[in-house]
This record gives sequence, structure tokens and C-alpha cells, in this order.
Amino acid sequence: MTAVARVYRWEIAKLLAQKRTYLGLGTAIVVPIIFVLVLVLRSGGPNDVPLGRYIRDTGLAVPFVVLFFMSIWGLPLITALVAGDIVASESHNGTLKTILTRSRERGQVFAGKTLATATYTLVLVFAMGLVGLVAGSIAWGFHPLTSLSGTKVPAGHGVVLLLASLGVYTLPLAGIAAFGIFLSTVTRNSAAAVVGALMWALLMQLLGVLPGTESIRPYLLGTQFDAWHGFLRTPADWAPVIRAIWLCALYIALPLTGAYLVFLRRDVAGE
Amino acid sequence: MSDAPPVETRGLVKRYGDIVAVDRVDLTVEHGDVFGYLGPNGAGKTTSLRIMLGLIRPSAGSARLFGRDPLIHGAKALEGVAGFVEAPRFYPYLSGRRNLRLLADYDEPVSRIRIDEVLETVELRDRAKDRVGGYSHGMRQRLGIAAALLRAPRLLLLDEPTTGLDPAGMRDMRELVRRLAAEGITILLSSHLLNEVEELCNRVAIIRRGAIVYQGELHELLARAATSYRLQALEPERALSVLLAQPGIGEVRLDGAALRFSADENAVAALTLALGQAQIAFSALIPETATLEELFLGMTDGESSDHDRPVALAV
Repeated sequence: MTAVARVYRWEIAKLLAQKRTYLGLGTAIVVPIIFVLVLVLRSGGPNDVPLGRYIRDTGLAVPFVVLFFMSIWGLPLITALVAGDIVASESHNGTLKTILTRSRERGQVFAGKTLATATYTLVLVFAMGLVGLVAGSIAWGFHPLTSLSGTKVPAGHGVVLLLASLGVYTLPLAGIAAFGIFLSTVTRNSAAAVVGALMWALLMQLLGVLPGTESIRPYLLGTQFDAWHGFLRTPADWAPVIRAIWLCALYIALPLTGAYLVFLRRDVAGE
Repeated sequence: MSDAPPVETRGLVKRYGDIVAVDRVDLTVEHGDVFGYLGPNGAGKTTSLRIMLGLIRPSAGSARLFGRDPLIHGAKALEGVAGFVEAPRFYPYLSGRRNLRLLADYDEPVSRIRIDEVLETVELRDRAKDRVGGYSHGMRQRLGIAAALLRAPRLLLLDEPTTGLDPAGMRDMRELVRRLAAEGITILLSSHLLNEVEELCNRVAIIRRGAIVYQGELHELLARAATSYRLQALEPERALSVLLAQPGIGEVRLDGAALRFSADENAVAALTLALGQAQIAFSALIPETATLEELFLGMTDGESSDHDRPVALAV
């Protein structure tokens, strides 16, 4: 095993030993279940959101609708919960000096932490999506999905679109995670980093709904949470997807580079 | 490279704004030393150790371990080196054993048996399954040593390893240090406890406000602290010849009308008889004692007050 892989493995083990990981993961799993339960018990529904009108037609619509609601602050919050803590918790526990006085270079430690955060983010999104699909299918069956263009998509193909959508959806979330890692490294304070990363996400949402921001709106991080809509059009509209990919690459790379440089050079005293 | 001294710092400086935490420190620790790095709290011991371990960057100068500078060689500079600064810290939510397995994975893989061995060495095997969060301070100190030993170090850097331990814990820790030193591990041990350094170390450096004020063999330092006396004789010249002929009297010098020399109590008692037999009258025979404690306090600017204490020191 390479050095980074070993660090990564232990970062995952550390995440699995901490409550906040389960708090985040648990929320991501419970939210779609509660969502389905409420809609089963009550009439009416989220008619004004994409695919909201078809939510009782097929379980396939459920994860898409949940994605929409969770993009506002739910997923950013539970992503920030772990990303903001990933370096700061070491500072808090005083363990940074413990692991940095072994044989691993700082860059390797940072890489392991970044990969672990990415893994957590990816697991969050896919766990939420798949739990939504299963819960929805139990409630309303596994039927063809009505796309945003009004065409019928066979259920099997709908699953492929869901997986692709979840993948694209992870990108802006990873942008928030990267910002969380940056704050975690710079502030050395878990709470500050978690709140800061969430504020960053909310600011991006806010900018998107303010009047007069139309020209920058396609380039805001928050907007990229809707990029998956492109997959649900017939024919597929790749423009928002491609824009999300390169834009999120920037939103991820810039804070990560900053965090990496700080982590490499900074004094580790009393942490 | 292996001939290079285990620790060699040259002109080491660390500034925090206007505060100079470490001020041009030149330390050399030789192979096989148990080197005492002595100074009051806040003198700059921990800061120097942090620089050696590559945790912080010096403002100037260099620190080399076996010839390698962590600033240049990164983690490779720590090959064969282990230790901790301040209290050793672990993941509180993992067990002692799991913490060690984690740290072992940050080095080269070691066997479970090896982990059991080091746990045995520090007498933590019974508690290895428990979370570190529930460990006492002394147990964490010992786990810190265990974590260091996993690296099979040739050099151990220990920052105040007995601080905060109860008397029994202190005794055990010192015993452990002695045992490791006997195995041939070079040890740099910082301490603000004089008796600890006296008990364990062969060489010492004394640091005061970031600067080294003494560095050398412990026995040389002890020799400086040996009791010295001042003799006020009516005939200094004759007294001098008696002093020079007397066994057990050393470092005799004529200082104006007074004679100064060093001797132990028995030699001084014998001297009074010799002076009487030679019919040399004296008006005063005054011990000018500087214990190692006083020596230390003098060098470290008497951080426990009492500036009137006679401390004969020039370093």
C-alpha cells in the first residue's frame, strides 16, 4: 500500500469512530425516508419543484426532489460538519504533532484527509439518493419517470440518469467540502470552519436569488446544484453539466491549493 | 551521514513578533548521550524541540538530526528519531492499541507482536483495549513512550516526560529512561527539574530566555557547584603554602587579602588543624556554597527570586 493509501485508510477509520460522521450520514439517510412517510400520510405535495408533480407516480422521482430540497442547506451543512473538522479536530486533540512526527510527509497526510472527505461527500449523496429511490419505490412503485421535457423515461434508464445526476450533484458539494477543508486548516477551529463553510454555501445561494445577479448566476456554486436537470431533458442538455464540471473543478481546486500550501508550511505548536 | 551527531543545532532562532523564543541556540548531542536540556518553564525548550522535529520553522539557523534537516529533508529527517513535545496526544475515541496501530501505519508496517512488546515495556498491556480518552496523564505519557519506541529509534526526544506525574509515576518514567539509555538509545530530555537531570543525564545544556547559558558534562557543572571557601588569614602567604600542601584542597587562589579554594567538609576540617599546627591565625573561614540548585537559579536569572544569594558564576 502506498503511503497516501495508508493515511486514507486511517482517516476513514477515524471518521467511522466519530459521532459527527454518523450524524451526517444518518441525516442523509433519514431525510428521504421522512419525506416519503409524510407524503404517504398526507395529500398534496411539492408541485412547484422539478419533478415534484410526479412524486407519487414513481419512486424514481423521490431522490430528485429530495436532492433539490437538500441542496439549499441540508447537504452543505452535513458536508461541512465533517470537512470543517477534518484538520481542526487534529488541532483540537493535539494529534497533529503526533502524526506529523512519523514517516509521512505533510503532503501525504493532507492528501489522505482530502480523499477521506471526498469519500464521505460521495457516500452522503449516493446514500441519500439510493435510500430515496428505495423508500419511494416501496411507497409508489418503480415505474417510468416523466422527464423535465415531458417524455417518459423507462425505469431502468431512469436509474442510470439518477446515478449520473448524483455524480454531477456531488461536484458543487465537493466545492463546499474543499472550502471547509481550507477553513479547517486555516482557522484550526472546527466550529468556525463548519459554520464558515455553511455560510459560504448560503452566500452562494443568496447571490443566486438576488435581483441584478443574472449575469453571474450561471457561475455561482449554488447554481451547479441544478446542473443535473440537463440529464432529465430530451435530448439531454450537456451545457449545464459541462459548466458544472469545469466550474466546480475551480471551486474545489482553489481552496484545496490554499489549504495545501498552508498545511505544508504552517507551524504546528500546541496542536 | 550516520557519523553525524544525533542532534546538532546551529544558530537556531525562533521569533514570534518581538518575542525571541529561541535565541541562537547551538546544541550538540553526541551518540550515546543522555542529554539534559534544562531550563525553567517558558525558557524555549519545547520550541527548540519543535524545530528539531520539524513541527515549526526556525526564523534562522538550522537543526540537524543525524545530519538531516527537517526543513530540507521533511519526514526523512526523522528517520531513527522519535519522541514527543509537551504531553503526548492521541485520538481519545480510539483505544490505546488502535492508536499505536494507526501510528505504526504512519511508519513502516510492524507486527502485532511488536505492538504488544512496546505496550509491555511501558506496562500498558492490560489497558490497551480501553479508549485513550479514559487514560490518566501518566498512562498517556507512557503511551507516548510506547509510540516512540515503535519506531525503534536511535534518538529519543522527550519533552518533560515526568511533568505532571505522581512520585511513583516519576520514578517509573525515570527508570524507563535509564533502561532505554542502557539499550544504547541516545536521549535528549528536557526538564525543569534539576534532580531529574542530575539523576539521568551525562551531559547538560541550560537554557535561559531562549539562549544557552551552559553546555557541557554534568560532572563539570557539578564541580562548579562544589563548595568553595574563603579564608581570611593574617599571613596569607604562609597560609597559601599550607593550603597548597593540604590534600583535598583545590582551586586555590589568592584574592587580595583573602584566599579562595574549593574543598569538601572533611578537607576543610583537616585544614583548620593544619593551620593551627602551623600557628597561622585566621579571622574568618566562610563557606561560599553554590549548590547545583543555586547554580541553576543563577544561570536562569534566579527565577525564584532572592537576588542577594551569593552565586559565583560566569559562563
